[in-house]
Amino acid sequence: MAHPDATPATHLRNPAFTQALRAVLPSQALLLDAEQLGPYECDGLTAYRQLPGMVCLPDTVEQVRAILRLCAQYRVPVVARGAGTGLSGGALPLAEGIILSLAKFNRILEIDPLNRCARVEPGVRNLAITQAVANHGLYYAPDPSSQIACSIGGNVAENSGGVHCLKYGLTVHNVLGLKVLTLDGDILELGGAALDAPGYDLLAVLHGSEGLLGIIVEITVKLLPKPERAQLLLAAFASVAQAGEAVGQIISAGFIPAGLEMMDNLAIRAAEAYAHVGYPVDAAALLLCELDGTNQEVSEQIFQVRQLLLAAGATDVHTARDEQERLKLWAGRKAAFPAVGRIAPDYYCMDGTIPRKRLSEVLQRIAELSAEYNLPVANVFHAGDGNLHPLILYDANKPGELARAEQFGGQILELCVAVGGTITGEHGVGVEKLGQMCTQFAPLELQQFHAIKHAFDPLGLLNPGKAVPTLHRCAEFGAMHVHAGKLAFPEIERF
Amino acid sequence: MSSDISAQLQTAVREALAARTPLQIEGGGSKRFYGRSPHGTVISTAQHSGVINYEPTELVITARAGTPLNTIENLLAEQGQMLPFEPPHFGPGATLGGAIACGLSGPRRPYAGAVRDFVLGVKILTGQGDILTFGGQVMKNVAGFDASRLMAGALGTLGIILEASLKVLPRPAHEQTLTFECTSAEAIRNMNRWAALPLPISGAAYDGVHVYLRLSGGAAGVRQACAELGGTVHADAHHFWHQLREQQLPFFQGGGSLWRLSLPPATPPLALPGQWFIDWGGAQRWLRNPLPAEVIRATAARLGGHTMLFKRDETDAPHEIFQPLPPPLASIHRRLKAAFDPHGILNPGRLYANW
Repeated sequence: MAHPDATPATHLRNPAFTQALRAVLPSQALLLDAEQLGPYECDGLTAYRQLPGMVCLPDTVEQVRAILRLCAQYRVPVVARGAGTGLSGGALPLAEGIILSLAKFNRILEIDPLNRCARVEPGVRNLAITQAVANHGLYYAPDPSSQIACSIGGNVAENSGGVHCLKYGLTVHNVLGLKVLTLDGDILELGGAALDAPGYDLLAVLHGSEGLLGIIVEITVKLLPKPERAQLLLAAFASVAQAGEAVGQIISAGFIPAGLEMMDNLAIRAAEAYAHVGYPVDAAALLLCELDGTNQEVSEQIFQVRQLLLAAGATDVHTARDEQERLKLWAGRKAAFPAVGRIAPDYYCMDGTIPRKRLSEVLQRIAELSAEYNLPVANVFHAGDGNLHPLILYDANKPGELARAEQFGGQILELCVAVGGTITGEHGVGVEKLGQMCTQFAPLELQQFHAIKHAFDPLGLLNPGKAVPTLHRCAEFGAMHVHAGKLAFPEIERF
Repeated sequence: MSSDISAQLQTAVREALAARTPLQIEGGGSKRFYGRSPHGTVISTAQHSGVINYEPTELVITARAGTPLNTIENLLAEQGQMLPFEPPHFGPGATLGGAIACGLSGPRRPYAGAVRDFVLGVKILTGQGDILTFGGQVMKNVAGFDASRLMAGALGTLGIILEASLKVLPRPAHEQTLTFECTSAEAIRNMNRWAALPLPISGAAYDGVHVYLRLSGGAAGVRQACAELGGTVHADAHHFWHQLREQQLPFFQGGGSLWRLSLPPATPPLALPGQWFIDWGGAQRWLRNPLPAEVIRATAARLGGHTMLFKRDETDAPHEIFQPLPPPLASIHRRLKAAFDPHGILNPGRLYANW
């Protein structure tokens, strides 16, 4: 099991710190008792748990500023938390730090339909934005599967994706501006309703920074016109390789589907047993291909893509009969994680990205590893953008199975790096993938990441120990980045 | 032509570092006018060129910084693909590295995205003489801070871009441009109203008389949109958008300083006197006028935007090019600069004075 890297000396237990917090926060906004802290012990990655030193629940920017200044003064680490749905332990508490919950920042501040943007607070739920602007014919595009629950602030911190990324991009492509508090309490205004800002693109750097660079207190999101029509094709294939080929052919024919998802047989069967949506349970792989646009455009493309899928060897291609069936077929895909959760006591969700053309060999290797570790794997795949989510099934009550699942998962991620991909497409590094960061990056790059953090957070108190491993951890981790045939960290002792 | 001179470039930077000699980074020299005046010894990436990898089905191209934009665009066009941000060249020598470092995007920007939106990964040479690789060749990648997009628009002040991987997209099968005669207030309102509708818009500009609205996509979709919108079909639209992108339209000719204002797109016409050209559906406005810089800057800031002196007339008094940064933001900039280039040898003063 991974733990956050070493944290700075802290004075959380200094009574003066608590007293000073009481002076700036209402009593119900400061949680100190173990039973109150319990709900904060983990995020969506429940295998990792730690009670925080305390929890602050501010509801004004002034309160956040005061908390941060006190944390700087008393050298107390700050772990920001939105809805707590993150999947890599980014919001895992530190025993000697505070959890800074932004849950009360749940207001939509302004909707500007003509400029097609909205100013929202970080605790606003992803789906709530789309619901709030629907009457203008607009929506917020990124739709992670957890969109009912996850907060927009967390989406920025993780640069979340979803099933529509190939066409509509990630969070970083759909956010125009941020207001960020530094530990000193200064406010940084990055972007806004205009399309760019002077100076460095700090807006991009904040996306996916996992709470290490600043505390986001306001977000200006881009809104898009809701497409006139969306239509979904479901194609069944007798092999995963054929389905992968079909994806390449759709893209090289010039189509950019709004969504392009693949599931393997175990994932299909699990989703069908759970959601009863009419998936072909005998297929080795299925593709969900959604096309959107104007009415005429969609009609034209659905016909062309259908022909293409049949020519690529699909055993069956089904077009959703109506909007109801389209949503039902998507519901099966979006329920894939809980569905897999029903066929095994526990599952461990991985999140690597690979160049799409390597899909067959990667799935083949995952199948081999699955046999070696004696742990089944269900694969769901954002096929359009190469983001793979193998779900490793295990039973935490069986001694050693969690450790085996983690080791297996680690090997999958290293496989992703080996074929030219990455260890995380959209779930973030958090504490979970600190070890694999040593595989993906050489010491010079890791040092540069630390230097970037230092530029924003010289005291190193914002979510310390997450996202970027120390060089010492990499030396201990063992499976290190071997650059140009040379072993990294020759200067560091081995254990 | 393909050659890898990263080792020579690294040696040159290390020597400059040892001697504390400032370097001015140059690719094709086509955007030398942009930003504050370059100074220092020239270090050229022009010979560091060649496409390293291009996989049309992966929608990704990787090339060395000195690769001419023309080469890349022609290669993509052969496969029916394109750089979606429509980068301005501003000269025959324009390179990939320069396009990313300057961070400039063409008319398609509001509808497809900017340079930074398509940068997937970079290899850079820092001011410490280190070669670092960030991001990669895949579309979704959240491992480590996003140092790749940070290079877009940084004008080389954080590192010399050696290679970059970009996401590319299929060229639209069909394109049509409609024109509408109207006032500037109507133009801004209409361009933004249309952008809020599910129409395949890929460009919207106003030259003071006409709105030019470009629609791109499948033939049926473009036909449907044209039928709904009305207007007059432009006969030579490709030429128009090209000239707009390259600032070759009559508006951009002649002397005098050229200001760029980046504003919330629906901002009504500004009361500032001068000649205006509106692009990006209202989000990018070009202004030729003799007003003091402070007036233009203050106006843009009040409206939630910013401004830059895009082209400075030789006869104007020298002053800052980019909108000054508020103190907390300026100090993060200086610290970031120091994190990549602690001795300030890479393009010092090109973005802001003193660093």
